[in-house]
Amino acid sequence: MAGLAAAFGSGAMTNSIADIPKADVILITGSNTTEAHPVLALEIISAVKNGAKLIVIEPRRIKMADYADIYISQKPGTDVELYNAMMNVIITEGLTDKDFIKARTEDFDALEKTLKKYTPEKASKICGVPADTIVEAARLYAKAGAATIIYAMGITQHTTGVDNVLTMANLAMMTGNIGREGTGVNPLRGQNNVQGACDMGALPNVLPGYVRVDDKDGRKKMEEAWGVKKLPDKPGLTAPEMIDAAANGDIKAMFILGENPMLSEANLVHTEIGLGNLDLLVVQDIFMTETANLADVVLPGASFAEKSGTFTNTERRVQPIRQAVEPVGSALPDWMIITMIAKRLGHKMEYRSPSEVTDEITHVVSQYGGITSHRVAKCGISWPCPTPEHPGTPILHKDKFVRGKGKFHAVEYRPPAEVTDKDYPLILTTGRYLQQFHTGTMTRRVAGIEDLAPRCKVQVHPADARKYKVNDGDMIRVTTRRGSIEAAADVTDTIRQGVIYMPFHYAEAAANTLTNAALDPVAKIPEFKVCAANIEPKNL
Amino acid sequence: MVTFEINGQVANVEEGMTILDAAKKLGIKIPHLCYDPRLKPYGGCRLCLVEIEGARNPVPSCAAKVTEGMKVQTDTVTLHEIRKTIVELLLSNHPQECLTCENTGQCALQDIAYELGVREISFEGEKHFHTVTDPSPFVEREMDKCIVCARCVRICRDVQHCSVYTLAFRGFEIIPTTPYDKPLTESNCVFCGQCISTCPTGALTSKISRFKGRPWQTQSTTTTCPYCGVGCQLELITKDGEIIDIQTFPGEGVNKGNLCVKGRFGYGFVNHHERLKTPYIRKEGELKEASWDEALDYIAVRLKEVKKESGPDAIGFLSSSKCTNEENYLLQRLARAAIGTNNIDNCARL
Repeated sequence: MAGLAAAFGSGAMTNSIADIPKADVILITGSNTTEAHPVLALEIISAVKNGAKLIVIEPRRIKMADYADIYISQKPGTDVELYNAMMNVIITEGLTDKDFIKARTEDFDALEKTLKKYTPEKASKICGVPADTIVEAARLYAKAGAATIIYAMGITQHTTGVDNVLTMANLAMMTGNIGREGTGVNPLRGQNNVQGACDMGALPNVLPGYVRVDDKDGRKKMEEAWGVKKLPDKPGLTAPEMIDAAANGDIKAMFILGENPMLSEANLVHTEIGLGNLDLLVVQDIFMTETANLADVVLPGASFAEKSGTFTNTERRVQPIRQAVEPVGSALPDWMIITMIAKRLGHKMEYRSPSEVTDEITHVVSQYGGITSHRVAKCGISWPCPTPEHPGTPILHKDKFVRGKGKFHAVEYRPPAEVTDKDYPLILTTGRYLQQFHTGTMTRRVAGIEDLAPRCKVQVHPADARKYKVNDGDMIRVTTRRGSIEAAADVTDTIRQGVIYMPFHYAEAAANTLTNAALDPVAKIPEFKVCAANIEPKNL
Repeated sequence: MVTFEINGQVANVEEGMTILDAAKKLGIKIPHLCYDPRLKPYGGCRLCLVEIEGARNPVPSCAAKVTEGMKVQTDTVTLHEIRKTIVELLLSNHPQECLTCENTGQCALQDIAYELGVREISFEGEKHFHTVTDPSPFVEREMDKCIVCARCVRICRDVQHCSVYTLAFRGFEIIPTTPYDKPLTESNCVFCGQCISTCPTGALTSKISRFKGRPWQTQSTTTTCPYCGVGCQLELITKDGEIIDIQTFPGEGVNKGNLCVKGRFGYGFVNHHERLKTPYIRKEGELKEASWDEALDYIAVRLKEVKKESGPDAIGFLSSSKCTNEENYLLQRLARAAIGTNNIDNCARL
C-alpha cells in the first residue's frame, strides 16, 4: 500500500473486478489466485479463454500457470531485478508510452538511468530465469492495448515489498497502462475487510480517510467530530513494532480485536515473548484462539452473521452485511462492546445501531462522503464517492493521479534479509490453501473443510527430496534460525529446486514459528515469503 | 435497441438479447430447465420454446435473439401441449420422491410440473437407478433425479474451469459423471458447489443442508462473505436461529452468483460449540468466566492505570480486518480519542 501510495497517491486497487476481462494482457504475480481469491480467478481464466494473454510470474508453478502464455518461475525475493530487466527491455526496444510519460508522470529520467544496468542477461543469473523469457514477457506486456497487473502478498511480504510494488507502478506507468479500462495495478486484499480497516484509519500513521496524523487541519476535523481537545500527532507503532515494544517493555497493555498474532505474526517465539511480557492483554474474538489463550481478559464478539455493518472489498466497493441470527450465549456485536469500553474510559460514544456509525463515517471520511447507510443497503458502491449523488469510482487515476502526477521511483535490487548458507541451504516461502483461511480460527472448525485440508504439507522438489532423503508423505522437520516444526513432505515438481513451501494455517505445524520478522523499512511488512531453512527426515 | 412484439405487447430491448432474457426483463415468465444466466445458451430442455410469426417450428427462446419487428407468442395451446409432453417424459423416468426429496419447494421440475398441471403420466417404461454413493463432504449425488440438462457439466467446465463432470454413457443410460465414474474426492473437484447451485432438480444437493429445513420454513438474508477480499454476495438461509445453507442469486453481485468452497460451505463455525459465549478474566493463572460488567470494569480500570503510570503510548491496539468498517472506525476512535495514542494497526501486513 505504501508503494502504490507513493507512486499514485492511493494504495488501493486501481480498477474493478468487472474490468479485468477488458484487458488484452493480464500479468499475475505474487498471487496464487485460484486458491486465495478463487472467485476472482474465475474471471481471469474466462478472460484468457476469451482471448486475453496471461503472464504468470511466480516461484511456484501454481494452477494459474496452466493458463499462462508465458510462465516465469523466479527465485523468491528477486522480483525487483526481474521487473527492472523487463523495463530495461521495454526502454531499449522503444516500447514505452512517451506521451503518457510526458503528460502524466514525473521522474522518469532517473529511472531510465538506473535501468541501464538491469539487462535481461544479468537478471537471468540473479533470478534463475532464461533471459529470452524475460524479453518475451516484457514485449507481450508492453505491446498490449490494455494490460493489467494483479498482485497479492507474494509481492508485498518481503523486506523489499515497497520496492517490489514501486516496480509494478513503474512498469504500468511507462507503458501507459493506468487510468483506463482493462489496465491498472491491482493489489488483491487477502481478508474480507483489510481495505475497509485501512480506510477507517486502523493504521498508526493515518486518521480515517488516509489523513496523516501530523496534518493539523485533518486532526482538527476529527477533534471536533469526536469532542476531544487534542489528538496525538506523532505516528504510532505498526503491529510487528508493537510486539517488539511489548517484548522490551515499552508497550504494557494491548487490546486485540479479532486477530490471532500467535499464528499470523512472523517469528512466533518472539511474538509469544512480547505478548507474555504485557501487564494487560485483552482479546476480543469469537473463539479461544492461540492469542486469546494468553490474555488476561477475553471478550466474546459476534460473527459476521450476527451483526450488521459494512465491509469494503478489494476493489474499494463498500457492501452491507446483515444480521441473520442472534449472537451465541451472551456474546455481543463488536461495535457495541467498543462503545461500552469507551464509556467506561469517560469517552462518550452513543449509537443505537451500526448504521448511525456508517452515517458518521460519511461526515468525516471524504472518500465515503456519499456512501450513506441508506444507499449502501441497496447496492455496493466503490469509493471515492464524495456526495450522495456520486455513482462511485470503479477506475482510479483516470484523468490525473490522486497525487497529481504519477511518480516514477528508481529502485535498485536488494537481496532478501536472510539468504541461504551452508546450515540453511533452502529458501522457505509461505502461503495459503484454498480450503483454509488465515489462522484457521473459522475454517478449521468446519467439518467438511477440515476433511478436505486436514494438515500442513511442505512442498519439496524431487531433487531436494533425494538430496535430503525425504519421501513423499513422510514427516519431516523444517528448521530455521528461529525454530523448527514437523509436517508431512509433499514431493512435487511444481516448486523450484532449492525452495520449499508451506501454508501458515496450522497451529500444530505453525509456519510462522520459522519465518523471519525482518521488516520492509517503509511498509513494516515482515518477510514471510523468504527465509533460509533446512529439512531433515523426522526420525533423524 | 430493437423493437419487437411479445404476446401482443410492443417492447424495446437491447440488441443481441435473447428472447428469454427480454421476456424476463418485461416480467413475462417462460418455463425453462437448462438455462442459467451464468451459462451460454444450450437449447437442451426445449421447455422455453416460443412461437415466432413466420417461423416453421417453435424455437428455443434461450438461444434465439430478438430481431427487429419479431412477433413472439410465449403461451399458446400448442406450446402448452409441447411443454406438458416434455415434462411427462421427464417424470416418466423420475422418482416420485417429492415428499422427502431435499429439493422440494425449490425444484424447477416440480414447479413446472405443477404450473402445467401434470398429474397423469402417459408414458410408462424403465427408470434409472443411478444413485451414487460419494464420500465427498459436501456434494450429494442422486443421479436418478438427473434430467440431463448438463448445467453441472457446463458450469464446471465454462465457469469454474474444472471440467470435473462430463456426460457419460449412451442413450437412456446417459448421466453426468466424473472421469472413470469415480467419487468426486478422487477427481480434481474443488468443492465449490457451483454444480449444486445450478442443478434444477434434487440430483445434486448440499450434504450439510440435508433434512435441515424446507424453503417455506426458512428465512433468507443477503450479506457479504466473511472470507477473502473479493466480497462475494450470498444468501444466509436460516431456520430457528441457525444457518442451514448458503445460496446465491445466479448472475448477481460482484461474484455473479459464484462462490468457492469456503463461501458456500464454510459457515459451520458460526454455531460451533467452541464459540465464546461469555467474557473471561484470568484469576490465579486461569481464565475464569466473568460477567460483562466485571470484565469491562476490569479493562477500564487497568487501561487507566497503565495510561496514568506509563502514558497513552504504552497501550497498543490491533484492530481486525475481519470486523466491519464501523467497528474499525470505533476502535481507532477509542485508541486515539479515549486513550490518546496512534498505536493502532490491523493485519493488512500479515
